[in-house]
Amino acid sequence: MPELHFPWLEFSILTPFLGALVVWWIGDRQIARNWSIGFCFVALLFALGEWIDFSMLGAFEAHDHWDVITFLFHQDVFVIDELSAPLLPLGALIYLVTVLSTLRTKASRFSFAWTLFSEAIMLATLSCRTSWMMIVLLIVATVPPWIEIKRRQRCTRVYTIHMGLFAGLLTVGYTLLTLGQDLPGCTLIAGALISLATLLRSGICPLHCWTTDLFEKATFGTAMLFMTPLTGAYAVMRLVLPIAPDWALHWIAIASLITAVYASGMALVQSEARRFFCFLLLSNASLVLVGLELVTPIGLAGALCVWLSVGLSLTGFGLTLRSIESRIGRISLQDYHGLYQQMPGFAGFFLLTGLASIGFPGTIGFIAMELLVEGAVGVYPIIGAAVVVVAALNGIAVLHAYFRIFTGRRSTTQVSLQARMPERVSVLLLTVLIIGGGMVPGPSIASRYHAAIELGRHRHVNPNGEPTVDHEHLEDRHPEAVSP
Amino acid sequence: MNDFDIWLYWLGLAVVTIPCGLVAILGLSALLGITLSETSISRLTQAAVLASLLPAISILILMLATGRRFVPIELGNWVSIPEVHFHFHWKFIFDRLSVPFVILALVLCGVVGAFTRRYLHREEGYHRFFLLYSLFLAGMTISALAGTIETLFFGWELVGLSSALLVAYFHERELPVRNGQRVWSVYRLADASFLLGALLMHHFAGEGDFGTFFENAAWPGGSIPLSQSQALQVGLLLLLAAAGKSALVPFSGWLPRAMEGPTPSSAVFYGSLSVHLGAYLLLRLAPILEASWQLQLIVIGIGGISAFFGSVMSRVQSDVKSSLAYASLTQVGIIVAEIGMGFYYLALVHILGHACLRTLQLLRAPTLLNDYHAMENAIGMQLPDSTDWLAARLPSSLKRWWYRFGYERGFMDLILDSWVVHPFVAAFQLFDRQERRWTNWLSTEPSRESDHIEHHPESTERVA
Repeated sequence: MPELHFPWLEFSILTPFLGALVVWWIGDRQIARNWSIGFCFVALLFALGEWIDFSMLGAFEAHDHWDVITFLFHQDVFVIDELSAPLLPLGALIYLVTVLSTLRTKASRFSFAWTLFSEAIMLATLSCRTSWMMIVLLIVATVPPWIEIKRRQRCTRVYTIHMGLFAGLLTVGYTLLTLGQDLPGCTLIAGALISLATLLRSGICPLHCWTTDLFEKATFGTAMLFMTPLTGAYAVMRLVLPIAPDWALHWIAIASLITAVYASGMALVQSEARRFFCFLLLSNASLVLVGLELVTPIGLAGALCVWLSVGLSLTGFGLTLRSIESRIGRISLQDYHGLYQQMPGFAGFFLLTGLASIGFPGTIGFIAMELLVEGAVGVYPIIGAAVVVVAALNGIAVLHAYFRIFTGRRSTTQVSLQARMPERVSVLLLTVLIIGGGMVPGPSIASRYHAAIELGRHRHVNPNGEPTVDHEHLEDRHPEAVSP
Repeated sequence: MNDFDIWLYWLGLAVVTIPCGLVAILGLSALLGITLSETSISRLTQAAVLASLLPAISILILMLATGRRFVPIELGNWVSIPEVHFHFHWKFIFDRLSVPFVILALVLCGVVGAFTRRYLHREEGYHRFFLLYSLFLAGMTISALAGTIETLFFGWELVGLSSALLVAYFHERELPVRNGQRVWSVYRLADASFLLGALLMHHFAGEGDFGTFFENAAWPGGSIPLSQSQALQVGLLLLLAAAGKSALVPFSGWLPRAMEGPTPSSAVFYGSLSVHLGAYLLLRLAPILEASWQLQLIVIGIGGISAFFGSVMSRVQSDVKSSLAYASLTQVGIIVAEIGMGFYYLALVHILGHACLRTLQLLRAPTLLNDYHAMENAIGMQLPDSTDWLAARLPSSLKRWWYRFGYERGFMDLILDSWVVHPFVAAFQLFDRQERRWTNWLSTEPSRESDHIEHHPESTERVA
């Protein structure tokens, strides 16, 4: 396997992990916040380094230079490939801007140590190639939000039941898959259990209620960080896609599509901003899953592009809501707030990120959404039509929320509600990426398409790593995907 | 490419890119918090419109002088995946349809820009208006000159967003905002239909380039590589998109709502340009209409009904802008019917004339009473009552019914609300209640903190 020029992966995981330990011992919340920003920034630099180094290699996958874990365990645990390469810096960026935009007044409620720990787990999950390790990491990642809800003295039952079910299904499913390969029907049952677990983690309807519960009871930042990197979709890609037959994937695509439509409809009737954001995120995340399960090069490429655009745009969207909430408290959408005069910068950014999430022209999501719809129309025209309807409904919901929060009345306040410098930096950073990616979409589309083709080739590789690529079948459907 | 073609290329590029440059300047200044003075904004806008208009006129003169009727400007692929035949191709065409339309758009935008300079002087939202205006201008230019369906869609969306936000321009009041939301909702559905139509067109023909699609024939000629039923499917979706954008029946309800925006935007968007964009789309895709007689009949039907309804409704509105809005609808309906009947040049001339007249009327609307007084003073008597011939002969009960019908705007909003919006909202509110019950049951306590939040936590009264 090709090797990176530096242990980027291990360093990017280790940095936030060490950061969590350091921040844990710092009593002063302001100092802890500053240290956290530093650790997140360094982790982002390592993740970016990994991406650039990997891009220069031109390989499908690679592992670290001086890979200590491989040396110790004789197994490639942390491997980067075309799917995860841009997701690592994206994940690190999401954490950095979230920590950066946490106001000092809210530092006491938001646990920086657990956030850094979660970042380390998230980066490890995205880098992990060993299925068992990945399952453990996915389960561990559910713990910090649980602890936070508990600390806030809120009821954890909804979250515990769903995440317990997730952990149980994943563990049993994978155990069956590993141990019962020779038993008839065992693989199918195992696949069904793993699929169910990953769909539960992705918030597929009707197993999505834990997501809204999480947004209700945890801090906005923690809930957002748990959801926006779309770890559930990543688990589907790694654990389900290689083993599931086409018909199963198409059923998953339909379930995802139903969720997307349902969530976009629900976003329209929500009376509170967090719940609205949660449904908007679910709807977009489900669209990613729809594309992933189409298993055509163009659909897959579209889904991977939407993944990046949704990650960036909804992070910005969520951060804006979080910033407003940190100033005025929980935001009701039942009435107009008229905050435009108080925070025009946030208003503009809210609109920009919201429009980017629905694939508006000139933003990073535009071509991504076109690819996704085209991929869906190519397989089932009705799915393509539904994806377009979802985007339309989400567009209506975004502007509805914009009007409710920023317009409709003249609001006066006694203190300035303008964005602070760290918030401005976060907003500008994301704006540059959203508009820059929209103006120059070529490189990212080409990279994601190449990744889609390679993932198509590597599909049907079983969990033990035995290649069973169905080239003949793939060639029948997409001759261009297999031809040298 | 000879020297003449190179000249045309650069002139064409200037027409498209200068409005986009204006968006970039005004957008960046807003993003970076740089405050531009009213004079700077106004001069920048006027310079951009002029710098875009002059090359457009130059191209027209060159085309007339050389007899060329089709000038494509190829900018190449923005994105391309050749293996799966996916590409987003930037191409603009200057032909007998696009050149008059883009010149019309630039002239009217220029006039309205100059008018707005004084009209919105010292308004809080002066910069915001011109930012949205520039977005609209860029969208109109791109749509008018689009040489591929995807390029047209790009511009179409920009026009939609800027229009909706300008309806809600006076955003400290609730009504304009509600109306902006309504306009946006209709536009989003129209956009969805457009996107599906465009993708279906790609799917059937493997091509979204108008030149190739219509076999490089000059507008309005050309034939298409679609069967009759395929043309009907694509055409119906695009007709739906056009109906949404041009406020044809059954989407006419948003047109008077759009008049909540400032008068300059009402004039240029809903009176003259935006409202004609749907008709422009149908003109551009004329060969598709000709491929299906059923489609032509439907287009004539929708156009005719819209014209009739618009005529009835414009007569009974209680404010001048709404009355003008429905008068616009009447003319747009007639234009659409003309397109359905195949009178493409007539429809184009009709658009040009109607857009200019309606802009003038809407810009004069705020001083209507003054104008009436001036006319009455000039003729030395009251203006004559204009009861028409048919109305005088209708039974009074029927007249009352039609009056009510017109005044309630054809009950179209009512029907859409009752049959579409309310059932949709009710269904999802039901789902929401079921979710609450489910999470309450799982939690063994009320699970939603959001049920108890304050409606106006930002209110200063709360602090006091």
